[in-house]
Amino acid sequence: MTASLSKRNPASSSNILEVENVTKIFGGLTAVNDVTMNIPDRSIISVIGPNGAGKTTFFNMITGIYTPTKGTIRLAGREMVGLRPDQVVEAGIARTFQNIRLFSTMSSEENIMVGRHVRLKSSFLDAVLHTKKFHESESEAREAARVMLDFVGLSKWRNELATNLPYGDQRKLEIARALATTPKLVLLDEPAAGMNPRETEDLKALIRRIRDDLGVTVCLIEHDMRLVMTLSEYITVLDYGSKISEGLPHQVRNDPRVMEAYLGRGAAAGEYGKEATPNA
Amino acid sequence: MTAINPTQPNRAKPAPDRTILLILFFVVTSALLLSSHNQAVLNGSLGGLLRNPIFEALVVSLFLANVLFAYLWRAAPWARALVGIGSLLLVLPMAGREDTSLLDLSIQIMIFSALALGLNIVVGLAGLLDLGYVAFFAVGAYTWGIFASPRLSSILKYYGENPGATNAATLAIGLFLLVVTAASMIYMRRMSDKTAPTRLSSWAFGLASFGLLAGIILTVRAIAVLGASNAAGLATGIDSNFFWLFLALSIMAAAIVGVLIGLPVLKLKGDYLAIITLGLGEVIRVLANNLDLYTAGSQGITPIKSAAVPWFNSLAGFLGFSEDQYYLLFLYVLVLVVVGVILLVNVRLDRSRIGRAWIAIRDDEVAAQAMGVPLVQTKLIAFATGASFAGVMGMIFAAKQTFISPESFNLFQSIGVLSMVILGGMGSFPGVILGATVVTLLNLRILPGLGEATANIPWIPQQVNPGQLQRLVFGVILVTIMLLRPEGLLPNKRRVLELHHDENQEDDSAEGNAGALGTGTGDVYSPGKAPTKENDRSGGAK
Repeated sequence: MTASLSKRNPASSSNILEVENVTKIFGGLTAVNDVTMNIPDRSIISVIGPNGAGKTTFFNMITGIYTPTKGTIRLAGREMVGLRPDQVVEAGIARTFQNIRLFSTMSSEENIMVGRHVRLKSSFLDAVLHTKKFHESESEAREAARVMLDFVGLSKWRNELATNLPYGDQRKLEIARALATTPKLVLLDEPAAGMNPRETEDLKALIRRIRDDLGVTVCLIEHDMRLVMTLSEYITVLDYGSKISEGLPHQVRNDPRVMEAYLGRGAAAGEYGKEATPNA
Repeated sequence: MTAINPTQPNRAKPAPDRTILLILFFVVTSALLLSSHNQAVLNGSLGGLLRNPIFEALVVSLFLANVLFAYLWRAAPWARALVGIGSLLLVLPMAGREDTSLLDLSIQIMIFSALALGLNIVVGLAGLLDLGYVAFFAVGAYTWGIFASPRLSSILKYYGENPGATNAATLAIGLFLLVVTAASMIYMRRMSDKTAPTRLSSWAFGLASFGLLAGIILTVRAIAVLGASNAAGLATGIDSNFFWLFLALSIMAAAIVGVLIGLPVLKLKGDYLAIITLGLGEVIRVLANNLDLYTAGSQGITPIKSAAVPWFNSLAGFLGFSEDQYYLLFLYVLVLVVVGVILLVNVRLDRSRIGRAWIAIRDDEVAAQAMGVPLVQTKLIAFATGASFAGVMGMIFAAKQTFISPESFNLFQSIGVLSMVILGGMGSFPGVILGATVVTLLNLRILPGLGEATANIPWIPQQVNPGQLQRLVFGVILVTIMLLRPEGLLPNKRRVLELHHDENQEDDSAEGNAGALGTGTGDVYSPGKAPTKENDRSGGAK
């Protein structure tokens, strides 16, 4: 299944997310400049680029934290620009953070139950009066937490405080929390940062399962080139806020503009040879 | 998620069963309390000791500790229920029959407990530092105070003499505006869930809220003018049977003010929010001071009615209370019920979707929003919920004092309630009740008792007499407690888990039921943590 998906041409399939000519200007700084990008449904794609390239700003615009200065963002045809972050989540985009942002005084289970927030229908009064709806929504949240903990393999940490989990597991818990919102698209901001090779391998398998088992489209920002090149079906490269390249992993790897962005002009001209390219 | 029986030993080292000790403590302290308020005993040989103000304060404190121990100690459920209910519903009213100041003190403690519980939602759960909390208390107090006192007839008289251009048509216009703008606001609110807001829709909403305000003002004015002829009939305010309706109205009024204050400020956080709520809290007090027509300014409103409950009065009479004690006993039972309900609401909200959202916002606002928690709405609910608890207690406070003035609602009250929350343990329901109890006891009994007892001792110079230095002693006690227990007297379960995460922990979803909560024996707190707590505790409670 993975193979067939990775072989299909992204441009010809239906897109879950369409970003058109998005620009973000902070004061005099153009953080993201006229970026257009389509994410095919049920794909795994990556956004890469050197530090400060505008990747996280790009994520923040998709998730509604920033409003683009120009451009449109559509999720399955629905306009996202102008929605609040929580409305974006409700529409079906979830995310994780570059620096882990779990709810530190909550257990793993409760963290995921917060992720379930938008899908629960019980109101303030339901909670006060303990109506049937309240009990249903609570057990739904617990069930979702159980399923997600199982999915990422953290069942043993169910009642452990989130901050007490090992680093790699915290990353996984953050992914589980994002998945609990039942998104159509999940954005992972440097999920492998700080992980050892073994944990990275686990993560790779997990990301594949998110797409294959849950049918959720995955878009990641990542600096670990080995992970990006083996996992992504399609890669977009940003530098100084602009899209400088996109394509299949081997196309991007051999694109001189990408090498230039990562290594400088000299390297791109072949001064250091092919070995110095940003792949692994 | 099965409920865990708190008395079941599911730990390697179970807490010793203290049923006998609890009953013994209850009997001894009850006997002490009753005898120290018994005229015959007071006249006896022990009278001198029992009349000593320090001893008196100690007896009351020890007696109130019963409820705490019934909650904390591992004992047979019947014993805990007996001690809890017995202390609050039997012994305390009995002692209060001889000495109404005891009932007064208990009502005060419970009013502050409710305030602390309300502020705890805002500060402890949602993490929004609110220094103007007492404003909502004032709103509740004035809601009842204006209507249930001679103030109402003065207002009507004023409008009768100055009707302006107001007539029946004004009422029609006002009501029309009210309905149209309210309906359009609800419609716009519905639409905004589906589509992104535009500049036009924001302006339309602003215009509609302006129209709503105008509608309210016109309607109220028209009603006041048209009803002016009734002024004579309302010389002492509206009928006291309206008390129950106003209980609901004061909740609503405070919640609405909470939303109105919250809307503009909740985009801020931390220190900024604290300063701006401080300012807005003062605005409410200054308004109460300057709206002479409605609030009688700094003179205050008096006398304010209480509820009239004939069957309760006959019951109180049957129990041997004198007529002037009826209303105090009634208010005592009322605040007991209200605090019970507030506690129940708190516990239920804490373990719900909205409670998790509050804690998520406290822990990490950005992450909470990225998980789909609508920040402004969730914070507003916290503000409004906390405000409504203050509102209902404000109304009861007005009925109890029969007098309110803006001075009852100054900044120090807000800070006092905040100190109760922090002292007891932010985010912990039993903790903030304990905090409110300790602070109120210190302020109303222990420190005045200390001052009174030492006032006439010749070798203590006047300058360092504790009676003169009550505030200083209070401050020193606060600082000491906070240094020794920074997490509060009865810290939140979550904080305990954070501090002692290596200890074996378990699923704590035990639900306290409504009856048990009302008497303070509900098991909100992790039962297994109790043993370590009480050793530290006994020092702090007294």
